[in-house]
Amino acid sequence: MLDGLKARLGGSFGALAMAGKKNPWGSGNGGGDNAPSGDKPGNGDGGSGGDGPRNPWLPGGGGGGGRRPSNIEDIFKNRGPEGPRRGGSTGGPNFRLPERPGGKSWVPVILVVIALIWVTLSSVHFVQAREQAVVTWFGGKYAETFNSGTNFSLPYPIQQVTATDVSRTRSEEIPKKIILTGDQNLVDLSYIVRWNIKDLTLFQFQLDEPEETVLEAAETAMRSSVAEKTLDTVISGEGRADIEQNVLTRMQAILDGYGSGINVEGVEIDKADPPEQVIEAFNDVLAAQQDAERELNQARRFAQQLLAKAEGEAAEFNEIYEQYRLAPEVTRRRLYYETMEAVLANTDKTVIEADGVTPYLPLPEVQRRSRRSAPAATPAPTQQGGQ
Amino acid sequence: MEQVWNRFRYAIIALGVLLLALVSSLFVVPETKQAVIISAGRPATIVNMYRPEVPYGQTGAGFWFRIPLYDRVQMVERRVLDLDMDNQQVLTSDQQRLQVNAYARFRIIQPVTMIERAGDEDRLRTQLSPILTSVLRQELGRRTFASLLTAERGNAMTNIRDTLDRQAREYGVQILDVRIKAADLPEGTPLQAAFTRMQSDRQEEAATIRAQGRKNAQIIRAEAQADAAKTYADAFGKDANFYDFYRAMESYRQTFIQGQGESTMVLDNDNEYFRQFQGQP
Repeated sequence: MLDGLKARLGGSFGALAMAGKKNPWGSGNGGGDNAPSGDKPGNGDGGSGGDGPRNPWLPGGGGGGGRRPSNIEDIFKNRGPEGPRRGGSTGGPNFRLPERPGGKSWVPVILVVIALIWVTLSSVHFVQAREQAVVTWFGGKYAETFNSGTNFSLPYPIQQVTATDVSRTRSEEIPKKIILTGDQNLVDLSYIVRWNIKDLTLFQFQLDEPEETVLEAAETAMRSSVAEKTLDTVISGEGRADIEQNVLTRMQAILDGYGSGINVEGVEIDKADPPEQVIEAFNDVLAAQQDAERELNQARRFAQQLLAKAEGEAAEFNEIYEQYRLAPEVTRRRLYYETMEAVLANTDKTVIEADGVTPYLPLPEVQRRSRRSAPAATPAPTQQGGQ
Repeated sequence: MEQVWNRFRYAIIALGVLLLALVSSLFVVPETKQAVIISAGRPATIVNMYRPEVPYGQTGAGFWFRIPLYDRVQMVERRVLDLDMDNQQVLTSDQQRLQVNAYARFRIIQPVTMIERAGDEDRLRTQLSPILTSVLRQELGRRTFASLLTAERGNAMTNIRDTLDRQAREYGVQILDVRIKAADLPEGTPLQAAFTRMQSDRQEEAATIRAQGRKNAQIIRAEAQADAAKTYADAFGKDANFYDFYRAMESYRQTFIQGQGESTMVLDNDNEYFRQFQGQP
């Protein structure tokens, strides 16, 4: 190949050199050579042209004499088509494919190399750790399944290999939908289904729309599982694990029934709420629970106060009673006097001392005094009532 | 090259024609399809027909030949297909309306029958769809609303599947499964009624909770009062006489000192308080 290239380049250089020599404006060398040639016939390259003295106006013979640089035709003959002509003249071997040393074509060799690369690239398959690949003959008949690692198949059009990430978890989010519960209530439920491929062959060849099937199986399973529960267990969360487990089992049974090659990893209830239309009523139940709790708290507070007061008073009584028992008369008197003292100190007192003295009970005075302290808005009834 | 052409001209032409013939007569049947070769308008051969017991790789998928122009190949789906039924109102035996959304999964097991009766998969679906709807209506119409919500629905679904399967066999189709995706109350009055019932349910619950709360509070108060009374009785019962005196004293203080309003006392000098006042012993 290199040889061929060299030969080609060599040819080009040769052509260039030749053109240079023939160039009328070219090296002085050409001119010098040709100058004497006019006088000396038979000398130089143009020698064959003519014998006698040259007529400069006569067109030169075949030789292309030196002193006719003004001959435009000549110039163009040599120079003008230099590019394409050179290609034409020296390009003969140029356009032919290079030849092997033996003189044979390279074409088969190149074809073989390309084919080898093709075969290698399309028959060695590095199946990644989480992948599997299905191999088919010409995209038709199933041949085998590749597990992860390096695998070999026949080259491309013969065997076709499709690799799929089988253990990747696909997650399908099912948005909120209103579902009927077992007690004929409605619940707004959203959930997530996670699945992967457990049998790639089945997955590829069994179902027309595997993803769609997963979603439909999930919905069916979820609705029938929810229909077994009451609204309260669905919403409160106590029945959730149960439902999720039921859905998973049901879904898996449905999908296995189709031979789908799908493995359901898990079902999670995302949100389970009462429908929007009735959420107020549900919130009111929560409020009612708070209210009830508040009532109870208030009652307990009252009870604590009452009991504490009772215990306090009982303790006080007990203490005093202890003392009273030691000295009943004295204690009694003391208590009596202390109390009377405190009471009488704060009240108006009228003492009727002697028999036969009619005490003047100043009731009007009392009334007046009480009127003064009474609110100003109700003086009239009070007055009437007084008189 | 020219030499080759000159020498083997006819051979090359023959080879080309042969290749062309090969390309137009060879076809690949994928594992997911069954191919029906129709010779001059009559289904002649079925390639890769579905047989459940045959494992993949031995089903007959792959290269197959046909006579160009004479044979036509129609590919028929070999996988499990989906037949969806849109929302349909179903009247249950107790005259309740139910909005039902169902689907069926089926497989074409006799592609020739399918082609003769329906043509292709799309047209097959349009023909099966009304059958599914009517079978579903009939079967669900025999059941009560409540039973459709429970596990008994499973029985209904089996019946529906069997009935539908019987009719679908005429199209060369096997019904694998019919399932109700959703059985809902229809929009409008029934749904609104359900909401109203749920609301009143909750209102009842809320009212009950509040009443229970009040009741329990009252019980707590009553118990506390009883306990307090017992505490008092235990203490004061030791000496009823002294209690009477003691409590009276406390009461006076309460009434006259901390009580509201002004008090005027008219006291007789026979009063116990004035005993010493009068100089009596």
